[in-house]
Amino acid sequence: MTVMARELPNKVGSPASRPSGGQWSGFGGNADYKGILRKVSRQVIFYGALLGIWAIVAKLRIWPPYLFPPPWGVGEALWAGFQDHSFWIGIAMTMKRMAIGYGLSVILGMVLGLAVASHRFLEETVGGLMVSLQSLPSICWVPLAILWFGLSEKAILFVVLMGSLLSVTIAMEDGRKQLPKIYAMAGRNLGASGFRLFWYVLLPASLPYIVSGLKQGWAFAWRSLIQAEMIFLTLGLGQLLMMGRDLNDMSQVIAVMILIIVLGYLVDALVFRTAERVLQNRWGLTPAA
Amino acid sequence: MIPSAKAAASHSLLAAEHRSPGRSVLARGRSDGKVAILPIERSELGTPKVWLNDVSLSYKTETGARLLALDKIDLKVRAGEFVCIVGPSGCGKSTLLHLIAALQKPTSGSIVVDDEYVSSPGTDRILIFQEHGLFPWLTVGENVEFGMKMKGLSKQERKEKTSYYLRLVHLSQFNDSRPHQLSGGMRQRVALARALATEPDVLLMDEPFAALDAQTRDLLHDELERIWAETGRTIIFVTHNVREAVRLGDRVLLMSFRPGRIKEEFAVDLPRPRHLEEVDVARTARKILDSLRDEINKSLEVEFGNDSHG
Repeated sequence: MTVMARELPNKVGSPASRPSGGQWSGFGGNADYKGILRKVSRQVIFYGALLGIWAIVAKLRIWPPYLFPPPWGVGEALWAGFQDHSFWIGIAMTMKRMAIGYGLSVILGMVLGLAVASHRFLEETVGGLMVSLQSLPSICWVPLAILWFGLSEKAILFVVLMGSLLSVTIAMEDGRKQLPKIYAMAGRNLGASGFRLFWYVLLPASLPYIVSGLKQGWAFAWRSLIQAEMIFLTLGLGQLLMMGRDLNDMSQVIAVMILIIVLGYLVDALVFRTAERVLQNRWGLTPAA
Repeated sequence: MIPSAKAAASHSLLAAEHRSPGRSVLARGRSDGKVAILPIERSELGTPKVWLNDVSLSYKTETGARLLALDKIDLKVRAGEFVCIVGPSGCGKSTLLHLIAALQKPTSGSIVVDDEYVSSPGTDRILIFQEHGLFPWLTVGENVEFGMKMKGLSKQERKEKTSYYLRLVHLSQFNDSRPHQLSGGMRQRVALARALATEPDVLLMDEPFAALDAQTRDLLHDELERIWAETGRTIIFVTHNVREAVRLGDRVLLMSFRPGRIKEEFAVDLPRPRHLEEVDVARTARKILDSLRDEINKSLEVEFGNDSHG
């Protein structure tokens, strides 16, 4: 009965000709390459034009340079900032706070989210509180943090924690609730229960939700941290931004803004989008490119 | 065609009768005096493999009313038997499988498998879902291995059995593929391999081919029949497709709609392998369908509310 072997998979290519099934995404690679090239060239033109307009407006001297610096002025500020290590130190301090504050919120958020999702009582009480608290901008925790912890590192971490904890918790809770019941049923049916059901079935099944929760949590934590640093004025990117303002140094202000954008974007693109892409390809959530 | 009495539950077939051509459907009790000669039956004479004893299930609906989903289901399935359950959607036929798999608990009554009360899920009763039952985060091979891993088999043993069962469903080359890279029919074959790999005595199939196109379904019928004959498993197969039930089953049970009861039983005594297009299959299906129609109408009335009355 080899009839079955004739049934083709729903992607191009017969089973016999592609013994290793994991390489479908290589299909149409040529078209992809052209697409990427086109996208990149458009972006280069766009950003080039943006810089050009910026340079022309600055050259026209409609506003004085200390209010509207030219691109090269900002470039110099960037160079100088890295030269005297102030930017390096700022980045290091900010990233360290991110690592601690965000790390804490991820651990706490996962535990809370799972707890809320698995107990009806918690869902009805704590779950509702979480959603309502999320409407509070994280910067509103600053006065409370200062009174509780003083102008200290702890206060900043507290603000960061509150900024991302809620979104991580809610995403985890949603993930557990939206998880198709069939996976748990299939898992139990195949002999998994208790911790092994959680570890081998529920956890991997909720990975897509977890990743999107972590991504959102990161974005909230990043915003909260920069805001908090601007208020607390301890070493960090937020403080460098405020220092630029105090010195009337618009070039530095813009330079630090660019740093904040680039750092935030890099983490998002390198960590979270990569994770999302890997998941999507593995799970077939989107058609393989 | 006479719908058989419950006696049909324990009736036996002569292997020779499978081959006798042109037999119409018969409902026979033990009174015909025939002795079972199929080996699987001889070993199991008397005790049913699966026994649902007055199983009822009711639950509260969102409006707070109590709904009786299953009402005193009494069902005996012999070892090695292929039993099909048909009924309109919402009659509780899937729920029945979940109860046997112990993924749900009955409100009253008991379920006995191999003379033991069923109280928790076990790999002796494996469920195959309509679709999406495979784990998308695992490869095909890892999916097949899953149940064995939970049973604590060694890696070596798992690999061997995985390749054996993937060969059985003709998917050896797809060990490293991801489920989403396969067609619907191939995925269901993986699900079958995954179920068989835990070496269950009872396969519970919940409309496993409903989402497939007709050609693929035909092929999978042949495949399932072959595997059933080779492995001697007991199969309880739920479907809403009467012809499919007649094509595959030794016995077809018709369930009524709300409350779910076993309304009628039909012994299908046609020679194997059968084909969907055969006249005998069609004729038998027709008879069952006549009985089923009332139940379908009942379910439609509930689904469409008063609209169906104009």
